[in-house]
Amino acid sequence: MLANHRFPKLPYALVALGALCLLAGSYLGLFVAPPEHYMGNVQRIMYVHVPTAWNDMLALTFAFFCAVMFLFKSDFKWDARMEAAIEVGILLAFLLCCQGAIWAKPTWGVWWDWDPRLTTTAVLLFAFAGILALRRFVDDPVKRGVWSAVATVIAYVDVPIVYYSVRWWNSLHQVQSSPSTVSSQFYLPLRLNAFGVLFLMTGFIMLRARIASRRLASELAPPPQELEGELV
Amino acid sequence: MEQESLAIDASHLARRYGRRWALADVSFQLRRGAVMMIAGRNGSGKTTLLRILSTAIRPDVGRAAVLGHDLIREKEEIRRETALLAHYSYLYESLSAFENLDIVSRFCGGPPPAAALDRVGLADRADDPVATFSAGMRKRLSFARVLLQKPTVAFLDEPFGQLDPEGFALVQQVVAELKHGGATVIIATHQVDRVAGFADVHLMLEQGRMVSP
Amino acid sequence: MITALRKEFLLQWRTRAQAVAVFVFGATALLLFSFAIGPNSAALRQHAAGFLWLGLLLSSTLTLSESFLAEMENRAFEGLLLLPVSPRALYYGKAVANAIQLIVLGIALVPVMVVLYDAGTTEIPMLLLVIALGAAGISAPGTLYSAMTSQARAKQTLLPLLLFPLIVPVLLASVKATSLAILGDPMGQATSWILLLVAFNGIYWSLCGLLFDRVVED
Repeated sequence: MLANHRFPKLPYALVALGALCLLAGSYLGLFVAPPEHYMGNVQRIMYVHVPTAWNDMLALTFAFFCAVMFLFKSDFKWDARMEAAIEVGILLAFLLCCQGAIWAKPTWGVWWDWDPRLTTTAVLLFAFAGILALRRFVDDPVKRGVWSAVATVIAYVDVPIVYYSVRWWNSLHQVQSSPSTVSSQFYLPLRLNAFGVLFLMTGFIMLRARIASRRLASELAPPPQELEGELV
Repeated sequence: MEQESLAIDASHLARRYGRRWALADVSFQLRRGAVMMIAGRNGSGKTTLLRILSTAIRPDVGRAAVLGHDLIREKEEIRRETALLAHYSYLYESLSAFENLDIVSRFCGGPPPAAALDRVGLADRADDPVATFSAGMRKRLSFARVLLQKPTVAFLDEPFGQLDPEGFALVQQVVAELKHGGATVIIATHQVDRVAGFADVHLMLEQGRMVSP
Repeated sequence: MITALRKEFLLQWRTRAQAVAVFVFGATALLLFSFAIGPNSAALRQHAAGFLWLGLLLSSTLTLSESFLAEMENRAFEGLLLLPVSPRALYYGKAVANAIQLIVLGIALVPVMVVLYDAGTTEIPMLLLVIALGAAGISAPGTLYSAMTSQARAKQTLLPLLLFPLIVPVLLASVKATSLAILGDPMGQATSWILLLVAFNGIYWSLCGLLFDRVVED
């Protein structure tokens, strides 16, 4: 059955492990790793920004995968997982936008600089927030699942198109710093944080999917054997 | 009963709206060419049952075959051979009676709608927009819509509602014609005495469940 | 498909007063945008393309939701689904009809833009192509989402909420290409924007057609 009332050991372990990794990685990133040559201490936000970005992509890709699986299999466990992945993905996208703004202000002097990645993230944030809103306004569980899966597929396919259109639109932009241009001293905190966010995210998605499954289980319960007060 | 001679083979059909089960555990078989009456009070699940069998809505539980076609997987085959007279008129308000029926006959690849309009007594109002029609005239027009589909199984939901005495006679004639042509007719109604006379099979629903009549 | 298209045109023709009202709404929006900038012809001309497409985009939600209003009135759409016709044909009929209505609306808004913003152009075929591709790009996902939201609660809010983030690429490409047609295109950049519009249309006209029957079947 969908609902499992056993204490969820694995997701809580993942959350704890993720928090530990994040603590260690952020400590290394903030206090141990040397400041970056050109950008100085501002660059240290990359130790959370880049892991958040990777994992957000991962969360939304998982949501897309769940949507496709739900459309083919009509199994509601995929609906529950999709809802969880979208919510966590939105949270990460929101964090990304905030971190991006914090990074842009000292670097370029503006909060928002229409960088293609950041702008695509903002578009994604609104697109998936719209899908969550859609879920709130549809009562029938089957329609809710199918419609939000359809909308998820459509929104996910849009990601590369948005990215390239924003990049062409704002083509006068400097080259992005990517992990390959970062020297080896910066790897350890970056990797620790990447796994930290990954574990945390996986734990959250699993816990959120459990809540969604429980609600679905009550919505999809089979009819009672005899209706109350029935006279035959 | 032989599988080929069955118009409907339903087992354990159930459907819920929100937390309430409108239909629960309905199973029956109906042979081809029979006229069936589904009786029951308002809210007993008659409409839900007809809407499930005509593929307008899915059953949440259970399965059924209509003319040997599976209700979920072979919707298109079922839709080709069935017609539903629903509570909703399925008419476009801004189009004329003729235009509404013309859409149906084009999609079904059937004859032009003139004869069907004549049959339900609306030939002289053919070019008026449906928005100017009374409730009874809309019902007649919906009836013409069903006739145009040339159904092998016809689902009629409260066919007598909003009709005048002439209309009652018309419905009875049409049902007789359909039956004569070998079609299966399923009528949901709370006006039991009007249908009981010519129905071959009776089914009683109460709070979404089958009860013995 | 042809029958579905015929039915859509018939419906649109009967409710043409609605289309005129949408045009007036779009033109009013264009007028309001100029108040946001102030009486500065150079700046207005600079932003003319953006205003045209925002006006068209805002009007499109009216057109799209209106196209399913008649279908929901007596549940006429359910009546169509119960006929021997594939939902896909119904979708393409409706999406093409909506695209054509938006193209006509877009073309009708161009003179308003020219007069208000002094944004004339001699690149008429180019402008028509951009309007056709942009309108089609709005219509393909818009018709699908409109089918969903017309059955949900809070339909007026949901349609733009779902549609607007999705068509950011259409908006960007259409505005850029229109701008290049008005202000001149020395670098020949318009082609790549047109190609982006073609790609978007190709993807969404096929994807939405595939997904439509899942959306309308109960």
